[in-house]
Amino acid sequence: MKLLEVRDLTTAFMTGRGEVNAIEEVSFSLEEGQILGIVGESGSGKSVTALTVMGLLPRPPARIAAGQVLFGGRDLTKLSEREMQAVRGPGISMIFQEPMTSLNPVFSIGDQIMETIAAHERLPQAELRRRAIAMLDKVGIPSAARRLDDYPHQMSGGQRQRVMIAMALACNPKLLIADEPTTALDVTIQAQILDLLMDLRDEFGMGIVIITHNMGVIAETADRVMVMYAGRVIEEAPVATIFDRPLHPYTRGLLECVPSLTEDRARLVAIPGTLPEPARRPPGCRFAPRCLHAEPACGTAIPLLETLEPAHSAACFRARELASP
Amino acid sequence: MAGVAFRRLLSAIPVLLIVSLISFGLMRLIPGDPAAAIAGIAATPAQIEQLRRDLGLDQPVWMQLLHYYEGLLRGDLGRSLLLGKGVFAATMERLPVTIGLSLYALVFTLLIGIASGIVAALRQNSWIDQAAMMFAMIGISVPNFFLGLLMIILFAVHLGWLPSGGYVPFSEDPFGWLASTTMPAFSLALLQAGLLARITRSSMLEVLRQDYIRTARAKGLPGRRVILKHALANALIPIVTVVGIIVSLLLSGAVVTEALFSIPGMGQLLTQAVLNRDYPMVQGGLLLVTTFLVLVNITVDVLYAVLDPRVRYE
Repeated sequence: MKLLEVRDLTTAFMTGRGEVNAIEEVSFSLEEGQILGIVGESGSGKSVTALTVMGLLPRPPARIAAGQVLFGGRDLTKLSEREMQAVRGPGISMIFQEPMTSLNPVFSIGDQIMETIAAHERLPQAELRRRAIAMLDKVGIPSAARRLDDYPHQMSGGQRQRVMIAMALACNPKLLIADEPTTALDVTIQAQILDLLMDLRDEFGMGIVIITHNMGVIAETADRVMVMYAGRVIEEAPVATIFDRPLHPYTRGLLECVPSLTEDRARLVAIPGTLPEPARRPPGCRFAPRCLHAEPACGTAIPLLETLEPAHSAACFRARELASP
Repeated sequence: MAGVAFRRLLSAIPVLLIVSLISFGLMRLIPGDPAAAIAGIAATPAQIEQLRRDLGLDQPVWMQLLHYYEGLLRGDLGRSLLLGKGVFAATMERLPVTIGLSLYALVFTLLIGIASGIVAALRQNSWIDQAAMMFAMIGISVPNFFLGLLMIILFAVHLGWLPSGGYVPFSEDPFGWLASTTMPAFSLALLQAGLLARITRSSMLEVLRQDYIRTARAKGLPGRRVILKHALANALIPIVTVVGIIVSLLLSGAVVTEALFSIPGMGQLLTQAVLNRDYPMVQGGLLLVTTFLVLVNITVDVLYAVLDPRVRYE
């Protein structure tokens, strides 16, 4: 059973220079209990994809121009705001990049966890409190009962992200979207948070979408990986395949940017150039201007995502040819 | 929280000292002689001289200052030269009138200012936003005595709904009080309401952009709860600062409004006292008004601690 299926999703933003597509024809799906990693540079459309699924983009200026988000047999793009409120929390919930600013500074963490549960279930105060303590306990906050009345500023970044996770999982969601959950944290804390997410996945069986620009995070957690570039999905495969046999030149470039302890590389290879602004994207393949293998054809038409190997698809005209040794 | 209040109370002492010194000094710097004012035009120079001696005004200024502070230490603000009664008693007759009017105006200010600020922020750049901000601008630009005059012409002269002036104490007749203070309070409030609407709008816009608002929505909270709980609780912090200032502006604005609507408040009392060089009345009255404002500021500081846990645990 597919937990989430996104089909040809296109989200446009109204800007000073007219309407611009932030993401285009994004398609992916996720099974129950699976972890999907979405990788890409800042501005590649990862977060817009997540926020579109959650229905959290302000409309206007955002607009879902095309596509469907199928979740639990319903197309979320067709739901009213009130119906979406019922989905957020028990259906899909989300944690964010900045644990320092994602919690409301003037309410205690207990209050913020309890109101999440109270928004979706009618429970007496004592039961809300018990559930909140249990959740804090589960995400590894020591002496949870005593910390329930603490305020966010009394906690460290790692603890706050744990609180965010407790809040996101308080209503037992079927899907958790984690948008750069570890980017703002110390390296040692990063590993703890990722371990925690995987443990909780095993315990609750929810699907997870992890959004990151860090290939290390992907390697550690994801079952499948989707690579995005300039608003489009350019490659998708099981995690081992991506690292072993990347098909898209951009994915290969990304992997070469990862420093290695085992190989003796004098310099890290960087991808030349920068991500094009959404309003100034090239006409053909979005990556063509930065691609070492670009041909004239790449500049005229947009390559579509194509299944090239079992469970492995890429959007590149030359993928097959470049992959063969 | 009690600690915050106590520290602020201590720091109020130097403020009151300085204010008492300034009011004492200013009154003696301006030309004019209370003895001559009391004695009247017909008095002979000898009579005036006698009166001056009776009032202790023939002593050197530093002696007068010492007597003044000595009285303050005993809790005695002195007697009004003109009214023939204690300064404290005279103030207590009038100050509640002014405070009542100011608080009524504050209610208008808060209701109009905060509500229109929130609505404008939620509908940023819509016609509602622009209309609200235009009215705020008008409120800020129109002097309150002018607005008061217009209101008198419309509601008292043409429609006859409200009295054009006069004052009914609340304790005698609450509805009479409402009738006699609604126009003054509203004309006093509109300027501050415009100010508050603009502050509320920008504070709300700032807060609505914050990550924790997105978090609150991601939890599936209803939109109203996101705005009225998560956004407003944070937006109120800068608003409270402004409300503290607004209270003092309302009190000082009341002087003109009282004159316009012939309300026997603090403004009238102090204006008369200044014009007649009633030294003790001006000094004592100002000191009591200052004390009230200091208390307002302490309340604001305590409210900070109530609203913001980061202040509470400092």
